[in-house]
Amino acid sequence: MAIVYQKSAGLTDAELHYCPGCHHGIIHKLVAESLVELGLLDDAIGVCPVGCSVFAYNYFTCDMQEAAHGRAPAVATGIKRTHPDQAVFTYQGDGDLASIGAAEIVHAAMRGEKFTTIFVNNAIYGMTGGQMAPTTLIGQKATTCQSGRTAEQAGMPIRMAEMLSTLDGCVYAERVCVTDIANINKAKRAIKKAFEKQMNREGFTFIEVLSTCPTNWGMTPLKANQWLKDNMAAYYPLGVIKDSGAEVK
Amino acid sequence: MAKELWKGNEAIAEAAIRAGCDCFFGYPITPQSEVPEYMSVHLPEHGGVFVQAESEVAAINMVYGAAGAGMRAMTSSSSPGISLKQEGITYIAGAELPAVIVNCMRGGPGLGTIQPGQGDYFQATRGGGNGDYRTLVLSPSNVQETVDFVQEAFDIADQYRNPVMIVCDGLIGQMMEPIEWREIPKRKLPPKDWAAGGRKGRDHHNVINSLYMDPEVCDEHNRHLDEKYAEIAKNEVRWEEVQCEDAEIVITAYGTPARIALTALDALRAEGIKAGLFRPITLWPYPEKALHELAAKEHVKAFLDVEMSSSGQMIDDVRLAVEGQKPISYLGHAGGVMPTVEEMIEAAKKALKEVK
Amino acid sequence: MKKEIIISGFGGQGGLAIGKNLAEAGMDEGLNVTWAPSYGPEMRGGTANCSVVLSDKPVGSPVFAHSTELIALNEPSLEKFEAGVLPGGTVFVNSDVVTDKVSRSDLTAYYVPCSKIAEEVGNPKVSNMVMLGAYVAATKVLKPETIEKMIETMFAGPKAKFIPLNIEAFRRGMACVR
Repeated sequence: MAIVYQKSAGLTDAELHYCPGCHHGIIHKLVAESLVELGLLDDAIGVCPVGCSVFAYNYFTCDMQEAAHGRAPAVATGIKRTHPDQAVFTYQGDGDLASIGAAEIVHAAMRGEKFTTIFVNNAIYGMTGGQMAPTTLIGQKATTCQSGRTAEQAGMPIRMAEMLSTLDGCVYAERVCVTDIANINKAKRAIKKAFEKQMNREGFTFIEVLSTCPTNWGMTPLKANQWLKDNMAAYYPLGVIKDSGAEVK
Repeated sequence: MAKELWKGNEAIAEAAIRAGCDCFFGYPITPQSEVPEYMSVHLPEHGGVFVQAESEVAAINMVYGAAGAGMRAMTSSSSPGISLKQEGITYIAGAELPAVIVNCMRGGPGLGTIQPGQGDYFQATRGGGNGDYRTLVLSPSNVQETVDFVQEAFDIADQYRNPVMIVCDGLIGQMMEPIEWREIPKRKLPPKDWAAGGRKGRDHHNVINSLYMDPEVCDEHNRHLDEKYAEIAKNEVRWEEVQCEDAEIVITAYGTPARIALTALDALRAEGIKAGLFRPITLWPYPEKALHELAAKEHVKAFLDVEMSSSGQMIDDVRLAVEGQKPISYLGHAGGVMPTVEEMIEAAKKALKEVK
Repeated sequence: MKKEIIISGFGGQGGLAIGKNLAEAGMDEGLNVTWAPSYGPEMRGGTANCSVVLSDKPVGSPVFAHSTELIALNEPSLEKFEAGVLPGGTVFVNSDVVTDKVSRSDLTAYYVPCSKIAEEVGNPKVSNMVMLGAYVAATKVLKPETIEKMIETMFAGPKAKFIPLNIEAFRRGMACVR
């Protein structure tokens, strides 16, 4: 019988620990497929964060390092600078990248470190149980802002892709989501393009993936998908934010 | 071999390059900034990588990344910066990676002073970061030892897959002294088949990690680390005894105070006072047994511990080793004030008088 | 033999360099040497000093409360360090900068017009060498040939044109204390 679909060689047989409806599984698959399709898997080194994707090293079949909370861009800098010909990526959530690791991601981008960051933004701290993240939307409820985030108390949510795009070292930033087939395909193209640009030594590449957290949002997976489209995509516009140094409107 | 006059910090950097350091990640802080400055110029000349990180936190995590990918990685800093590095050091220890860390100590706490200090003894010898772990700590007391130890540190780190820390102080970093570039005997090192530097045809993926969610497994990991530390303690303890054969008063000191003590010994001996020096070279593992045995000798009447620390930190280890066999008194200053030869002479006489 | 020397002056005056030259020459003669600078926040014009030990035995403390000699390149240095010189010790004063005299009668003082001689030789930058000459001639702890050889090594290659100038300054400094 002909094979019509196969698990990527970039993923192990380990069963994912993610909650039902969570987008991490899809995003893992897209990263793994991109590495395989570009012929980079055998050389690639990934860095996983502290957050829901802390066990990503169990799922990717390339070599992996587990970083301290927020430090993945520094760890990846140490790896990439000493392995300039190999594909290096960090896989980070919003608490990890936009909060505790803000300095590390900004300076990696500033230096134009030639690795790719996959930033999974689900607007909440998932692993620790639903606390407010820097990307939590105004009015969105979390266990540390139980009546909803207010600008007075916590400021406005941070748009990382736009912020990093202001740095010359960041050559490519795109925001995608994986709520449906069309968007999944777009996300895959963006991730592949980021790795290609990395291997062309162009500079720092950044893919922000808007993602759901049905468990901590308190929604069904389907409702979470809709909430993402209606609310997150409204504040965090999808599309190319920056490409090869040229600002895209 | 001809002697060359080298400044401590620059000699540290040159020694690392000679030892095959692949990469250095640093951040400016007085009094160690000559290390990253020298590295930025000379490490790339030897094919190595230099990055000035955005913070000490980032620098040590770059070391973690590079070491995890199989490189000989190094960072250096001074006290407040070493505090920031503790997060990375505990991850490096937990993930069992080799790395060399230099602490050119200054006075504290907080911003303290930029003058020489030894207030980081506890931090260096008790782990410093979270969890049960040890770093092997080498304490040179002159520039020659500093360059010898830096070169050997890379091998020690690789042999045990453990961070090795060199603690010197601002004076050793800033001073110049003649040194010889001696050939340091190379150790037999295990292959780095654990490194996550890309599979390159390997049939499995390597993972660098310090996370063990299952408490039983984490306990087992800690036991494994303990066994390694026991092995290090068995093999790597170093110390020096100067004129201890007949000493009635023994000064315990490491680093700069130990060399100041050498001058005090001469003066005391000239006055007919039998003074000796016990100098730990590895601060962890501590030369506990040797000190215990020395304390047991009949001719030893008292100990005088001298540190650049307000009420002493190493003195705890001296007490643990001496185990009450002989009295121990203390002389020290913090805040960058160095104990003088005159003070040592006076304190040694006083300590001896109290037991006679 | 053990010399414990303090060299002190404004930052940029060359006191640290005089110390390094002494240490280097001492090393060349097979002595045990140390050079330890005072260090602080980078400030142009601030006072800088260094401690140099030259000894035929291994050097214990590289820093000391009492010096055998003091080289004072400015007034604050003379004020600060004169009291710490051992009885019978020697003080070298750059008399072009310092107008004060050494107040203690148990010290030997040499007033060396370093800047004036350097200008006569042709370059104000060699005033250090003048002071070095005075120190070597007065203490006899190092051989003049050692210093001259060191100068030749220091200015090897494209800087060789500075050798005669420096040696001249050094010799003029020596002549000051004869």
